[in-house]
Order: sequence, then structure tokens, then C-alpha cells
Amino acid sequence: MDKKQISCECGHVNPYGTQICESCGKPLHEDDSKKLLNMRYEGSARRSQTYKKTPIDKVWNFFSSVKVGIWIIILLLVASAIGTIFPQEMYIPPQADPTEYYKEQYGFLGQLYYQLGFHNLYGSWWFMLLIAALGLSLIIASLDRFVPLYRSLKKQRVTRHESFMKRQRIFGVTSGVNEDKAIDKAKEAIKKKGYNVREEDGNLLAEKNRFSRWGPYVNHVGLIIFLIGGMLRFFPGMYLDEVMWLREGQTEAIPGTEGSYYLKNEDFILEMYDENDEQFKEAMERVNKVIPKNYQTDAVLYKQKGERVAGQDPELEKVKKYPIQVNKPLKIDGLGVYQVDYKLNELQAMTFKLENKDSGKTFGEMTVDLYNPKEVYELKDGYRVEVMNYFPDFEFNDKDEPTTKSKIPNNPAFIFKMFSPEHPDGEVAFVAIRQNLEPLGENEYKMSFQNVETKDVSGLVVKKDNTLWILAFGGAIFMIGVVMGMYWNHRRIWIRRMDNEIWMAGHANKNWHGLKRELQTITEASGLNMPEDQADEDEKKS
Amino acid sequence: MAQLSSNLLYIAFFIYFAGTIVFAISVLGKKWRKRDEETHEKRWGRIGFGLSLIGFLFQLGYFFTRWNAAGHVPVSNMFEFTTFFGMMMVFAFLIIYLIYKTNILGVVAMPVAMLVIAYASVFPSEIEPLIPALQSNWLKIHVTTAALGEGILAISFAAGLIYLLKEVNQSTSSKNTFWLEFVMYVILATIAFVIISMSFKAAGFESTYQFSDPNGQELTVTYTLPAIVGPDGGEYVSGSEFGPLFDAPSWMRGENAARKLNTLIWSALGGLVLYGLVRLILRKRIGAFFQPMVKNVNSDLVDEIGYRSVAIGFPVFTLGALIFAMIWAQAAWTRFWGWDPKEVWALITWLFYAAYLHLRLSRGWHGKKSAWLAVIGFVIIMLNLVVVNLVISGLHSYA
Ligand code: HEM
Repeated sequence: MDKKQISCECGHVNPYGTQICESCGKPLHEDDSKKLLNMRYEGSARRSQTYKKTPIDKVWNFFSSVKVGIWIIILLLVASAIGTIFPQEMYIPPQADPTEYYKEQYGFLGQLYYQLGFHNLYGSWWFMLLIAALGLSLIIASLDRFVPLYRSLKKQRVTRHESFMKRQRIFGVTSGVNEDKAIDKAKEAIKKKGYNVREEDGNLLAEKNRFSRWGPYVNHVGLIIFLIGGMLRFFPGMYLDEVMWLREGQTEAIPGTEGSYYLKNEDFILEMYDENDEQFKEAMERVNKVIPKNYQTDAVLYKQKGERVAGQDPELEKVKKYPIQVNKPLKIDGLGVYQVDYKLNELQAMTFKLENKDSGKTFGEMTVDLYNPKEVYELKDGYRVEVMNYFPDFEFNDKDEPTTKSKIPNNPAFIFKMFSPEHPDGEVAFVAIRQNLEPLGENEYKMSFQNVETKDVSGLVVKKDNTLWILAFGGAIFMIGVVMGMYWNHRRIWIRRMDNEIWMAGHANKNWHGLKRELQTITEASGLNMPEDQADEDEKKS
Repeated sequence: MAQLSSNLLYIAFFIYFAGTIVFAISVLGKKWRKRDEETHEKRWGRIGFGLSLIGFLFQLGYFFTRWNAAGHVPVSNMFEFTTFFGMMMVFAFLIIYLIYKTNILGVVAMPVAMLVIAYASVFPSEIEPLIPALQSNWLKIHVTTAALGEGILAISFAAGLIYLLKEVNQSTSSKNTFWLEFVMYVILATIAFVIISMSFKAAGFESTYQFSDPNGQELTVTYTLPAIVGPDGGEYVSGSEFGPLFDAPSWMRGENAARKLNTLIWSALGGLVLYGLVRLILRKRIGAFFQPMVKNVNSDLVDEIGYRSVAIGFPVFTLGALIFAMIWAQAAWTRFWGWDPKEVWALITWLFYAAYLHLRLSRGWHGKKSAWLAVIGFVIIMLNLVVVNLVISGLHSYA
């Protein structure tokens, strides 16, 4: 501190900017006022109230102001509310085009909403900036107050200056009693109320729950930790979010585990509530829909054994069977596998017979795995079928050529070459669902469709979130801080002998009602006069 | 069991009513038979408290018997949650009453809780099965704690209302008197909504309309109140023949948008009628009518009660509506936070009360301003319950 320090008449040296002596409580800006003292932060020297010159001071003072803090909170509040007027982009149907969607669904206002970028409000730069401002404000405001407050509470002395006593909100004078006796009795009663009592020259300072003064600072630290945790998710490696579609019977490497874990879907189960269930009958009749009861993937978790050799299937070791349900993810090494979606009855395999069109005679059956068709299917007696081309998700492109939209067999189509003793060079047939074309002229044989095999597919999400611990930690600190500050309050009672009188003053950082009730008991037990609440309308508001 | 459960709820409701009357007597009847005022207040206050407590126990009975019947905690639809919220308000009142022993609080807080419960009873009350996302222990913990937090915060609304009834100058009309009357009007409109819904339900009113949505899909909607407003381009299909007097504007396209608008209009009109009647009988502002009853109230104490309820409720709300909610969302939806409207409104509520607490640190925000803030806070809580559930649909939407 380069500025001059302030020496009080009690001998204590206070930092520059102090309003009330840290030790004896004498108001240092003597204005002879009879007004109540402003006890917030004990009249300590806060940087923001003391230094106001340089640009750094200005920024500091801006962010340390509670008024500014409140404005930031209000702006966040209003922005958050605006974001709920229409659905955010992530909640509109996935196939919808947002440029059209908002206009179509919500008319002009919807279009405006979209153009202002409110469809993605919570990810916008200015929303992030508001959150950053909140964090900055929290840090600066807390630092500005914490250190001076700590100093003055640490340095406070028992015997308080006259004008400090008089200018407390709770203050009273008792005369004409046996002082020693009254103070002794008061002390006993005060101790019963759980106060720590310090004595000096026959005067008392009773104090309790000072720790609650740190509540706001603790909760602000918790919030800051939480905000930092939230930021960390944008760093690589901290966060992973992958969708994994797994067919029944399929085994796949779990994303994010570098191939060291595999998951098999043994069975997907979808259960609905029974419509005739006694209990729920009425409700189900009213909504007139079946209500799902359970989505479950019976999964088996495998671990890869040893090193994986390229080109070879991995050697897997079963770790455990686990039914993955909504609300019950499978947990592996900080990774969670969640049940989020499903598709029922996806095509899996198709079965055909090779048939002579005239005689209707068939020559063996073949089942084509739609995810992994063989090149050639050998049938008996020298009959065989070659798969010349396979389109899992068949459509005609602009040039009227057959192509596939995706690798998922939503609409499988084949070009088969059928070999028979009569046709050693093969006959070509185009086969799709309910279609049988013969592009190269009339054939003698055809592929006759027998049946399909379907499987359910589980939609799983693999999540890693290494920030959760930090968030949980921040949240816990926040809770501890709020509870500290809200469920306890700091109370002090000063008793001082002045000539033939006993002066008594009291202060509570909140819940004056509680302090007054305690004083009632204390004064009744000791014969002291109940001090008065000196707050008038005006000052109570400070 | 389900029958027993709903009977217990009725009984609880009537005991709450009796408790309210007794609290009113404790405040108003001080001059009766020239009894000593303090003993009168103490005695009737104790009876009022006892009745509220017994009512609360009956409602707990409702809660646990319904839990038993349903096999899951009854907080999973609009009826159940709102009833529970009312119960938590009563619970919060009981706690605050034990600290401050102010009878006038009972006169205001108990009716507000009753109104919340009455509002709940308009919603379908059959026991519903739980969809997979709701099958979690965290559901119980999250919803119950959140409702408790909101219940405690709601007491600050009751305290704020008392403060305003006492301190707003009724000799001239001002912004303060206008908004105070508006609060009274909203309360009456809610009562009107409950009465109208119940009456038409009892009369078995139902009519169905057909209309097409913007994607050209044919939809039907069933009105349980006579249609003042029908869906845009809607056609009468079946049921009671009445109206619609006019069509909803074409931009209201949601499946139930027109029906909800219709309900809103009924409530607003019903509220106007009730308000008009009350004004006609009282021949003065409702606020002015109540003012003499609260003239002996210690304003500072009421102001402190309001603040204290926020101080007690804020941590509980944080824990229930944000922290436990995040833990549950992480398990159910793979992410602890997703900016779903309901989540956002919980955040808004939290930010609002954080702002309240910080404003209390500054000069000039105690007293009247604080009381108005408490009113706004309650409006936000109710918005989250009513509008977000029924209008803005999201993952949490109940109807
Ligand atoms: C959403 C964010 C915030 C939350 C939840 C929060 C929470 C709290 C709580 C619960 C208290 C205790 C209030 C009381 O005891 O009555 C408090 C006190 C305080 N907060 Fe915040 N706060 C937030 C943001 C801020 C910001 C941005 C500032 C910046 C100016 C700030 C400055 C303060 C100050 C100066 C105190 C008083 C400290 C004391 O009495 O020693 N807070 N805060």
C-alpha cells in the first residue's frame, strides 16, 4: 500500500480507505453523525471504494459492483427466457431445414427469431460473453470484499468505541444495577446461547457463527469452479459423444475406447404397458395410446485380449452381461453407454429359391445376409448364383442408373447371375422388393423370394464426460457455501461498562429477529434493559 | 386404495379451509367479548396451526396411499405434481410459522396453497404409468426437493402480499394499487377457471372439432368447455353443439392451441365477472377492503419473513431443481443439461432469486420493492408450472 495508512486513537493502524477502525470500531470519517453505521463489510477498505484512477481500477470497480453483477444476472435471465419462446434448433425435427422451418411453423415472428440467431441462442457468442462476464464479476467482486472483511473480523477488539456502540442498530443502556453481577449473569446466558465470549477490562464481546460470513465467498468459488468445468468440455479429450447403432447379434468396437472394448447386442427388448392393466386402465383409455414401459438392450461387454493383429478379427474376452436401460447406462472406465433410441424389424437377411419358371421346380435355397452378402452362393447339382451387384438402399439416380442411398438395407436390390446346366454362362436378373426385371432378355430361371429375416436395432449413445467431477465438485462447494451463508448468521453482542452504566449493542448480518429473541432471554436473565432497535424507516433499508 | 387416497385429499382440503377460517378469526376477532387480545391471538393461532398440521397429515396420507396404489411416487403428472406443490407450500408455511408465529401469514398462505391444490384437481387424476425416462429414484428426489424449494419460496409471495396490502396507499389510485388489484384479479381468474372447468365437467360437456394442421394432416380436438374460439377452419363433428363464436387466428397452429386459448378466454372472462361482482359488493378496491385487517401487522417482521423464506428456500430449490435435476438428466438423457424449456425456466427462477438476494444487499430494496419482487418470483414459478408445461412443450411437458 503506497497510500498513507490511518492510525486510530486506539493505536491500531488501518489500511488506507478504512471507514471504521478494524480494532475498536471508531468511525474514521468523523462526521459527528448520529446515523447508524453502515456495517456492511465492517467498514473495511475495499479496493473498489479506494482506488478509482487507472483504467485497471475502473474495470475492477465495474466488475466488483453488485449493481453490475445484478444486471448481468438479469440479462442472462432475459436471454434465457427468449430462448424458450420457440424451440431451439436442436429440438426441431432432425430432417427439417431451419431456414424454412421457423418461417413455416411460426410465421413472421419465427423468421425474425431465426434471423436474429435466437434459434441457437445458448451457443451464441454473446450468450457465452454474458456467462464470461458473470464469472469475471464473481471473481473480482469476491476478491474485492473477502480480504478486507477477513482482516477486520480478525482484528476486532472487545472494547468498542463509544460512537461505534451508539451507532449500532441494536443499542441500549442500563444503569442502577450491580454491574459485576449483571454482566456475569448476562455472560452466562449468552454462553448458553452458544456464543463465544471474549473479555477485556470487564467488557464483553460475544460472537457466534462468524463462519457464515464466508458463505457467499465459498458459494461464489463453487460457481466459478462450475463455470470452469463447463468450459473444459470444449477441450479435446474431455468430452465424447458418439452414436452407436447395434443390431441384434452384432458385435462392435465401442467408440472412444481405442478398440479395447467391444459390445454385443444380444437382444433388444421393447415392452409396453398392458392396456388392460387394472391400475393404469383409465389413464390409458384417456390418452388412447400404448405407453412404453421399458427400452432395453441386453448387451455383453467384451475386452480385447492381447494386441490386435491387423487384418485379423480381435480376440475377445467376455467381461459381463448387462441390460442397458433408460436411466441405467452401462459404465466402463469413465465411459457410459446409454439406451436412447431403437428401430424395430430392420431387414437383416433375405431368402430366395432358384426356380425354373416353366416347370416351377426349385433348385436350392439361399439366404443373403444383407449386411455382408457372399459373392457366390453354391446350390446343389451345379446350380449356383453369383451376386453381381448389391444396392442396400436402392434408388435410381438422375441418369436412371441403379445406385444406393446408404449402406443400411432399407430397400435392398440385387443383380444376380444365375448359373444352371442349361445356361453355363448365366442369366442376369435384377431383383428388388416386389420387382423382378430381366434386363438382358427373357430368362428361363428366376429368383423366387421366400422370406425376410428382421432384427431390432438399438440406438446407443457412448458418452465420456471428464468434466463431470469438476462440475459435481463445484456444485457441492456452491451448496456448502449457500447453506453456510443462509442457514446460519453472524451475530455479535458487545457489552461495555461506561462510568456507572452498562452499554449493550448488537449486530447481526441478517435475521435480526433471531438476535432480538436471544437478547430478550439474555436481558431477562441478567436484569439488563432490553436494547432498542434504532433502525428507522430510512436506515433499515441500508 | 386409490379411492381412499382421493378421499384423504378432500378431507385435507376441507381441514385447510377450516384452518384458514380460524387464522382469520385470530386476526379479526381480537375485539370479541373484550377478551385480552394477546391471549386471543395466541389461542386461535394455535388452533389454526393445529388444523393446518392435521390437514397436512391428511394430505401426507393421500400422498402415501396414492404412492402405494400407483407403485411410484405420485409426482409424475400435472395433477400429482401440482397437488404436491400445494402440500409443500403448506409444509413450508408450517415451518415458517413455527419460527415467526404470525397468524396473518396463515390467512394468506393457506388459501394460496388451497388454490394451487384446487387448480391441480382440474387435471386428469387417474393413475398413470411411468414412461422409461421417469423410472428413476432421482425422479423422486429431484421432483420432491424442487417442489419443496418452490413451496418455501412461495411463502415469500404470501408475505409480500401481506406487506403490500398493508403498505400500499389505498387513498389514491396508483401503479401500486393497479397492480395489486391485478394480482387479486389473477387469483379470482384462477378460481373462476377451477369453478368453470369443474361445472362443465360435472355437466358432462364435450364437443369435438376437426381441422387440418399446416402439414395438411386432419386432426380432431375435443373441447371440455363450450367453444368461444374454435380451431382455424375447424368443423363441428360431434358432442354438445355450441359455437364456436369465432376462429382462432391462423398462426395458432398447434394441435391444442385453439383449445388452450379457449380455456384462457373462459378464465379471463370468468375472472372479470368474479372481480366485478366482488367490487360491486365491496364498493372499493379489494386491496382497500383487506387493508384494515392487516393494519396491526408489523411490516418489518413481514418483510423479514419474506426475505427469510427466500433465504431458506433458495438452497433447497438449487439442490432440487438444478443439482438433482442434473444428476437425473445425466442418467436419463445422457447429458446433465440440455437447454430444454423446463430446465431453462428452472434456471430463470434460480437467477431471479439470486438477483433478489443481491438486491437485498443494496439500499432501497427492502419493503415494498422487495414485496413486489416476491410477487414476480411467484409468477415465474407458476409460469414454469403452467405455461411451460401446457404451452411450450419440451421433454418435461405433461400435457
Ligand atoms: C448466478 C450467480 C450468483 C449467485 C447464485 C450468487 C449467490 C450469492 C448468494 C447466495 C449470496 C448470499 C446472499 C445473502 O447472504 O443474502 C451472495 C452474496 C454476494 N454476491 Fe453473489 N451470486 C452470484 C453472482 C454474483 C455476482 C455476479 C456478483 C458480482 C458483483 C456477486 C456479488 C456478491 C456479493 C458482493 C455478495 C455479498 C457478500 C457478503 O455479504 O459478504 N454475486 N451471492
